[in-house]
Formats: sequence, C-alpha cells, structure tokens
Amino acid sequence: MSVITMREAISQALWEEMERDENVFIMGEEVGVWGGTYAVTRGFYDHFGEKRVRDTPIAESVIVGAANGAAMAGLRPVAELMTINFAFTAMDQIVNQSAKLHTMFGGQFTVPIVIRAVGGGGRQLAATHSQTPDAVFAHFPGLKVVSPGTPHDAKGLLKSAIRSDDPVLFIENATLYQVRGEVPEDEYLEPIGVSKVQRQGNAVTLVTYSKMLQLSFAAADELAKDGIEVEIVDLRTLRPLDMGPVLESFKRTNRAVLVEEGWRSYGVMAEVAARLYEEAFDYVDAPIRRVAQREVPLPYNRELEQHALPQIEDIIQAVKGVI
Amino acid sequence: MNKSQKIALFHEMVLIRRVEEQAMQLYQEGKIGGFLHLYIGQEAVGSGVLAARKPQDRVLTAYRDHGIALASGIEAKTVMAELLGKKTGTSKGFGGSMHMADVGLNYWGGHAIVGSHLPFAAGMALADQYRGEKNVTLCFFGDGATNIGYFHEALNLAGVWNLPVVWVCENNQYGMGTAVARASAVTEIHKKAEAYNTAHSRVDGMDVTKVYEAAQQAIEHAREKGPYFLEAVTYRFEGHSMGDPERYRTKDEVGQWEGHDPIGIFRKQLLDEKIADEKTLNAEEKKVEKTVQEAVRFAEESPNPTWEDLVETVYVEENGEVL
Repeated sequence: MSVITMREAISQALWEEMERDENVFIMGEEVGVWGGTYAVTRGFYDHFGEKRVRDTPIAESVIVGAANGAAMAGLRPVAELMTINFAFTAMDQIVNQSAKLHTMFGGQFTVPIVIRAVGGGGRQLAATHSQTPDAVFAHFPGLKVVSPGTPHDAKGLLKSAIRSDDPVLFIENATLYQVRGEVPEDEYLEPIGVSKVQRQGNAVTLVTYSKMLQLSFAAADELAKDGIEVEIVDLRTLRPLDMGPVLESFKRTNRAVLVEEGWRSYGVMAEVAARLYEEAFDYVDAPIRRVAQREVPLPYNRELEQHALPQIEDIIQAVKGVI
Repeated sequence: MNKSQKIALFHEMVLIRRVEEQAMQLYQEGKIGGFLHLYIGQEAVGSGVLAARKPQDRVLTAYRDHGIALASGIEAKTVMAELLGKKTGTSKGFGGSMHMADVGLNYWGGHAIVGSHLPFAAGMALADQYRGEKNVTLCFFGDGATNIGYFHEALNLAGVWNLPVVWVCENNQYGMGTAVARASAVTEIHKKAEAYNTAHSRVDGMDVTKVYEAAQQAIEHAREKGPYFLEAVTYRFEGHSMGDPERYRTKDEVGQWEGHDPIGIFRKQLLDEKIADEKTLNAEEKKVEKTVQEAVRFAEESPNPTWEDLVETVYVEENGEVL
C-alpha cells in the first residue's frame, strides 16, 4: 500500500489506462499545455503528446458531442468538463445522446465515453460554480454515474469507467483532491454499481458518497467517543444504484441517516429513503433523516455558504436524532 | 458514373420516392406512429452525395432520414419494418422514423435533436484521423440547423483540427415553417463556412448529376485537405411532417418547385443522353413497385420487439438497474 492524494489517484488511473490502451485519449479545456485546471493531467501532454491529450475550444457541447462520436467510432475518449456546472451547456449531449444512443438504435452503437466533471461547493465561487447536481444526471437510464469518496475508490472506479462499454459520468469533488488514502501498489479495479461499507457499526446506518463520506468519517469519530458506532455505506455509484449493502445494514440497525452535499429536494437521498421505505418498511424503528444542502443558490459570502452546506455537526445531530 | 450506375441511381431515387409515398399512406392508416418527415423532393441530394462516397466513408443525417438510409444501402424492407416499429427494423423498433442506422453500411443515423449529430461527425472524423485512416465523414443537416450552437461549435472544431468532414447542408428553404431569411442572418448559407476557414460551395440540389459532381470534389477535398461545406439548394414537396397545415408557403410556390422534380430532371437527362429509353426506365419503376410491396408485407409480418429486448439494450454491460 502507498498513501496518495485523490488528485494523484485520478491522475494515476488516467495515466495507466492511457499506457494500457492506445484508444484512450483525453479531450477538454486546458487538459494539455496547462496541465489541467486542477493539475490532474500535469505532465500528460509532454508524455503522451497533443494527439492524445487534446486541448479544446471552450465549447462543452462539442467536447462531449465529439467524444460521443469518437466513442461510437471505436475510441475511448475521456472528456473533461472543467466543472460539472458547465455540463449544463452540454446537457443535450449527455442526457439525450450519451445515455440513449445505444438503446435508440437497437444496440448498434456503443458509446464508451467517460465524462469527468468536478462538482461541489465550499470554495466561494457563488451560485453557478458551486453546484452538486448529481441527482439530475442519475435520473437518466442509459448513463452510469460514479462519484467516489476515497483515493482507493477513485482510482479503481475510474479505471473501470474507462474500460466500460457504457457511457460513464465520473463526478469528482474539488475539495477532495488533497484528501489522502491508501491504494495498492499493484493494479486493481473497483466495480461500477457496487456500494461499499466503509466503516462498520451497529447503532445507525449512515448512507453517503463523495465528499460527504469524509465528513461522515469525522462525524463517526466524534460519535464513537459517546459510544455511538455508526455504519457508513458509501454508494460510490449513483446509477446503477446498489441498495444491497444499504438494506443489509439497515435491517440490522433499523435506523438511517442519509447524507449528501446536493439539495435535499429530489436529491439522491430522496431516492435512497424511498427505497428503504419501499423495501424495508418493517425494519423502520425511527423516521429516516436526511442531511443535505439548504434550498438556496449558494452565496459567495463564506459564512453564509458554509451555513447552507452540510456540516459535520449536522450529521452528528441527525444521528443522535434517530437513536 | 457509367450507364448502369446511372440507371441504378435513377432506380434508387424512385425507390426513395415510392417508399415515402407508401409511408404517407401507412401513416394515414395509423400504422406508423410518431412524427413522419418525408424526403420527397430532396432525393437528388442524398442520392447524389452518397453516389460519390466510398463504402468506408461515414454518413450521418438528421430526422428526415429515410432517403439517406435507402441511399446508404439499407433495404426498403428494413426501413419499412422500423417505420412499423418492428424487431426486424433498422433499430429493432426502438428508434422509429427519425432514428435509423446501419453501422455495417457506415450509416450512423438518423438524429432528431437539431444539430446534435454535427459534433458526432467531428468526433467520428477525429477517430479516423487519430487512427490514420483516410475515411471521410459526410454529415447532412437542414438549413435550420445552421442557426443552432452545435453547428458553430462543430464547424469550428473541425476547422481547428482539420477534420475530414463534408458538411452537407440540405437547404430546403424552411426550418419547419420559418423561411431561411426569417431565421438566418446569412441567407447564402454556404458562406457561413467562411467563419470557420472551411472551403464551401453551393449546388443545385434538384439535379442529381450536379450534386454528384459537387460531392466528388467535396469528398476529395475532405480526404486530402480538410473540412468542406456543400450547400445543396432543394425543396421538400410535402409538409415538414405529416399534418403540416403549410400556412407559410403558397400552392404556387410548391407547384413551381414541383416543376423541377429531381426525378423528372434526371429521367430527362437519361433519355436525352440516350443512356436509357422509356422502356428501361419504366421497367425500373416496376421493379421498385414490387420492392415496396414486398417491404410492406415483410414489415407487417415481422414480430414486435419484446420488453426483454428493450431491457437488455439499455446498457451494454450487465447491471441490476432496470426495475
């Protein structure tokens, strides 16, 4: 095992897959000469050259659209959107095209595209640059939506995404890039569509993913001091959603707190809560609680922004509230 | 083109016309659902351009796609089966009128979100360039598509990367019911290509011989030098789609264009140049009638796709998603 950052994990996954398969290439804004806006692809341009590390115009529709075309024609593009907020200008390509081309033409086309996009708030970028709209994309059958919370999972899942014959939206979180974690020295893959228990406990089932996994770890450490052991289930993939470990845990604890960074209404955890009530109603000992972003466009002002975003203390209080 | 190729081209144009007329009838009988956009009047564009391509050259078009499908080599019975939503159709009955494709014939659809396939064309051309293959991608679209952002992003990218694409604008004078001059600040549409440093020309889209010659030059240019923009001035004799009240044009105008019927023009050329006599051409028309009748019978007798067929075509890979 070695300890690396999330940034290094994602970078290693891309590098290894490009070394492995000549058909894998990167295209996006500032991925090449600049080295990536978040420095994920630093050094790629010099090593792989401009053919495989392609700087594009600032034009998200054609970044995803041309990647869709190249994917249909047999390449394995990794299209980078500088932030997930810009995915809205490429929305037609993602939800109308990537997600549907395989089905709508009777299975003739395969679209092995990976769209990397960075989301999340907390960096004082104001309303349009701070969103966590994961649930929007997870709504569409045909697309796979992956959002890891640890370096280990980021590396293994991104490698799987690049090898997948289905279109994958890979959502990163800008405030996670410095998070460190252990990864194996040898090559490994993590399967898409498989949730994972990240911490064992018996008091409450805490379901989360991405950045909120890290906040949940911190909350769990605090709660453990009071003798409350929470079990953390990390979804890792939002579509297809693997409820197996969530249900297994919930049937033991009979209590759940669901934590996400995006808005509460129509969120990822609204779906998880509904499934728990539908599939495990007889096991419910307390109302399921959600911790999520408050329903405002995020402001620039630091204090107000933090007030709107879910905090460690919010998670602690929610857990105490269901016991 | 030699004599037999010219007669085959005549046969193809008549086939497109008769398939469309048959489709109109089946729509009125309620056997075809959804939207139905007919290619009647525009046959010379699809047939003329595709007569100039090599089999390895890729073809994409918009939603008015039956004619291009037939000109790409898809059999009338497969087109008809898709129109009837049958499993034996081009897209297993999942796509319908607007979404036909046959990857084996390098016909990549049939795309109904206006402009969405222009980025695909850029991406497919990129894939060919990436692999060092000297294929050309032929991308058809209407005059209306030249006003949407996709057009500009895709032409710009093709220009920047010097991609082997022929952009074929079928200017049929109206985007749905809005005349070109009411929707486009530039009415000589091919001149829009200048903004993207792309060579361009305009051709009489009612004369298949002229279209063929212009397409040969355009394809040669794309293969050897880079992107090319060909505007074919044409006219659809029927409404935008079935049920169009046609308040935006006069019967006189339609009548004048019908006087320049592309099939009539080509028929006269073949007779004048003594390539074929009346008897030969009438015999071709008879053959077409038989093909269309057989196509309808095939389509009507074909099975519907099943729910299982659909479910297994949502993703390429196994997943537990579909509920």
